[in-house]
Formats: sequence, structure tokens, C-alpha cells
Amino acid sequence: MKIAVCIKRVTDSEARIKIGADGKTLDEAGVKFILNPYDEFAVEEALQRKEKAGAGEVVVVSLGPAAAQETIRTALAMGADRGVLLQVDKIPLDGFEVARALAAELRDGGYDLILFGKMAIDDYNHQVGPMVAELLGLPCVTSVAHLDLGVGKGTAEREVEGGIEVVEFPLPAVLTADKGLNEPRYPALKGIMAAKKKPLDVKPTAIAAGGLEVLAMTPPAERKEGRIVGEGSAAVPELVRLLREEAKVL
Amino acid sequence: MTAVLAVLEQRDGALRKVSHEVVTAARRLADGLGGEVHALVLAAGSVRGVDALGGFGADRVTTTTAAAFAKYDAEACARVVAERVKAAGYGAVVLAASAQGRDLAPRVAAKLGVALAADATDVAVEGGAIVATRPVYAGKALLRVKLTARPALLSVRPNVFTPVSRPHPGAQETAAVDVPAGRVVVREIKAAAAGALDVAEASIVISGGRGLREPANFKVLDELAQAFGGKAAVGASRAVVDAGWRPHADQVGQTGKTVSPTLYIAVGISGAIQHLAGMRTSKVIVAINKDKDAPIFKVADYGIVGDLFEIVPKLAEEIKKAVGH
Repeated sequence: MKIAVCIKRVTDSEARIKIGADGKTLDEAGVKFILNPYDEFAVEEALQRKEKAGAGEVVVVSLGPAAAQETIRTALAMGADRGVLLQVDKIPLDGFEVARALAAELRDGGYDLILFGKMAIDDYNHQVGPMVAELLGLPCVTSVAHLDLGVGKGTAEREVEGGIEVVEFPLPAVLTADKGLNEPRYPALKGIMAAKKKPLDVKPTAIAAGGLEVLAMTPPAERKEGRIVGEGSAAVPELVRLLREEAKVL
Repeated sequence: MTAVLAVLEQRDGALRKVSHEVVTAARRLADGLGGEVHALVLAAGSVRGVDALGGFGADRVTTTTAAAFAKYDAEACARVVAERVKAAGYGAVVLAASAQGRDLAPRVAAKLGVALAADATDVAVEGGAIVATRPVYAGKALLRVKLTARPALLSVRPNVFTPVSRPHPGAQETAAVDVPAGRVVVREIKAAAAGALDVAEASIVISGGRGLREPANFKVLDELAQAFGGKAAVGASRAVVDAGWRPHADQVGQTGKTVSPTLYIAVGISGAIQHLAGMRTSKVIVAINKDKDAPIFKVADYGIVGDLFEIVPKLAEEIKKAVGH
């Protein structure tokens, strides 16, 4: 089984966000970057599928700056076989441009499965996976939380409002991984050492800014100072009065 | 290129609430562009609720029917929406950033070869340009973006665009379309517990954290939710989801769902930055925590310090009285 996993270097979920001097981008100074948490589920799933099949290859592909090599090495340390970095100066906000570059890389790869995380926790775009599927003409299931693969087809479960959708799809396919799909492994020291020697192909990539022009990045509106209504259950009647009369939400 | 297409959602022949929000956002853009709002519903047959769409600003409502639309068929939907947009030449297309819309919108974008401004929390027309505001870094920053491609494709975050009464003709038409079923087939939908609301869509969310001490204790939150008479959903912090106490579907935060309910009640949640990112756009926040220095109190409008196992049942009792359930 030949599997591609598309991964992204993102800011750590605990990072404090400081806006850069241009008022349009993140000030990256001192910010920790990690492998996008949803992509970890995709990498883990690929590794388990390969292990189960007893043969195959897991290729991680990332579009990002030179520093994304580290992110790829993390996936290689988990057990992926090789990496490809589509190196750009800056990842455009327009996910369609990213999808186009990834689709061009993946098109002739002969993959049985192409996996993504369901979204990146920095731009919240939720879009590159299904766009790549569309560009490659492949079936796609997004937000997969459970997966069974048979010969030439699979069954997946995905969360929708108020329920779980059970879907069947043919292979090859593009799937995006949700939390709950598996428990990603931590890279062991042996894996980290081995990852340093695994092939990582860096391909300088030209990318257009696309159809989204950033006008400004601003901090979210500050919430006005709240107040402690009181202590213990004695404060409850006053809280309910405030919710009804002041906040008017009851 | 001044008309705006609102792509709506139905399930089992009933229009979903988020559809009103999509029409509201589309109306705002259409007013700015000086055009009409056309609403499109894809269904297997007639859809309950479409006759009310004129009241929210739809000029025309088209119900397009095909057997493939009995359950959500992403490929068939994407094809029909993209063909309609190409044929009619819309200036903008608005979808919901719901589970279905997040799946559908990127496919439509790729078919049309345009950008998608996903998960917008505000939309406007400024000097003829379509501008969307969208949270990034899970709401730790807001990005204002201009959509330079046409049609401008946007998805709007559920619960953010309050539907307003904007009477327009809402002229109804129904047309059957011949579209092949897609390759991905929905076999069944396992329904969640009867009446269970999704945290991303509920107008009231009550979330629990480590302070609940053990999974079984979430029943106090379930009881509080019931006191609100079916309008409240129970959410959870990352800590308790990672511990396996609650399903991931309930997680609020940067690696879970971003919610904007009218009322958010955080119970036994200290308020880690990644949790705050997921709920800070709630209209009113209440925090109940035994630690008066917990960061959650910094974003809460109202706080009560103390033992949640005393406070929450009392709150359920008082809410029942106040709302009459």
C-alpha cells in the first residue's frame, strides 16, 4: 500500500499570538511550531495501514518554508519512509493555491490513499484535502474518525451535527483525519536517529498569492471586565437575576 | 455579477436552522452589491421551511431535486452547485461552515477554480470589494481578507449571523435535475442521543472540565442542560476528552470546536489558552470554579467561586423556575 500524508507546520496550540509590525501577519519571534495535531492522526493512520499490510511506503509531503523540514523529520521519526518539501517562502492564505501545488506533486505518485488532517489549527481553512481530491478527480471523505479498509474500498465514519455518518468509498481516495481516529505514537529515540538518514527531497516551489488578500490582522475584541457574583450556591439566585435582567439571555 | 447565491442545508426534508444564517449573510452582501439573493436547496423532494426564507431576505428560492440528494452526496451536490454558479454568473456564493458545508465548499471552490474564505464571522462590501473577517489561530487573532476572485466564495460560521427579518419576495420554484450519484455513499446516520444538540450549533453550551472529577459526574451538567428546555448542549475541555471521559465531538477549544453561543457556562474548567480560544466569542460567559484565580474568570462576564457540586444543581433549579421548564 502506497500512502501519501500531507502535513503542515503550524504554531503550537498554547502559543500566544503577537501580530507583526506590518499589521497583517504573525510575529513569529519566539513562537514554537509543531506538526499540526490533526496531521498526526493522518501520519499514525498511514503507519498502521502500512504495518498491517506488511508492505508499502508512507511518503509525507509538506508545503512550507525551509523550517518545515523539521516538521517532516517529526513524521519520519514516527516511522514514515521519506519526505518531500515543496519549499515556499510563505504559505498563502488561499488554500486553493496550496491544493494546486500539492495536487501537482501527488498526481503521478500512484498512491492508494492520500491522507490529510481535517484542518490546520492555524488558518482553520478546512479545505486543502477536499480541494486536492477534486483536482485529482478522487473520491474524498472528510473528518474521518473511524476507518475500515477492504480490498479496493473502505468504510469510514464521520461526525455530523447530531450524529455519525457511515460512508463507503472506493480506493484510491483522499481522506481527512479527525481526532479519535487513532492514538498517535511518540517518536522513539531510535526513530529520531533513523529519521535523520531518511530521504527528504526539497523542491523549490513557486506559488501565487491566490484570491485572498489580507487587509489586516487584529487581536480579538477584548471582553469587558466581568465580575464575581459571589461564592457558593447562595450566589445562584443573583446570577440568574443578572442573566435575565442585565444580560437578557434567559 | 451582483446576485448572491445562498447554498442551504436540509436534512430529511427539513431546512436546517443554519440556513437562515446563510441567507442573512448573503442578504448583507447582496445589499452591498445591489443585487438579489437566490437561495438553493438540494433535496430528494419538497423541503419544510423554504417558504419562510423570503422573510430573511431571499428574493428567489430554488429547490433542486434529485434522488442523489436523499442523503448528503458531496460529489453530486458540488457538481450541481458549481454548474448553477457557472450558468448564472453569481458575484458571491455563501455556504454554512457546518459539517456539511465544510465538506462541500472546498469542492465547489476547486470546481470553480476560486479561493474560499472559510468560517467567516463577518462579511461586508466595502467600495465594491467583498471583505470577510475570519478568526485564525482559533480566534486568538482576526484576519480581514479581501476576496479578489469572482465569484467570491464564503462559508459562514454557525451561530454568528443572527437572522433578521428582511421581507423579500421569496419566490418559490422547484426543478428536478439529473445528476449521477457520487462515489462516496452514505450507508447510515447513527443518530446521537435523542434531542442531543451539537455544541457548535446550540444557543446555550455548558462545558465541563477536570473539576467534574469523574465521567459519571457529567450528569449534573446534563441536568442543567435539561433545565434550559432543549436549547443547551453539553461540551467538554480538552483535558477530559483526552482522558476519554467525553467524546471528541463535544470538545471546545483550538483542537476541538469553536463555539459562539448566546450563553456559555464553564464548569470546573480552569481556562487554558487553547480552551479560551474556542469559546471567547460567546455572547455571555459564566464561570463556576473553586479557584478564584482561575484564568477562566478573566473572560467570564459572571463568575461564582465555590463547589460546583453545590452550585450547579442549585442553578438548574433556579433556571427551571426562570424559564418555566
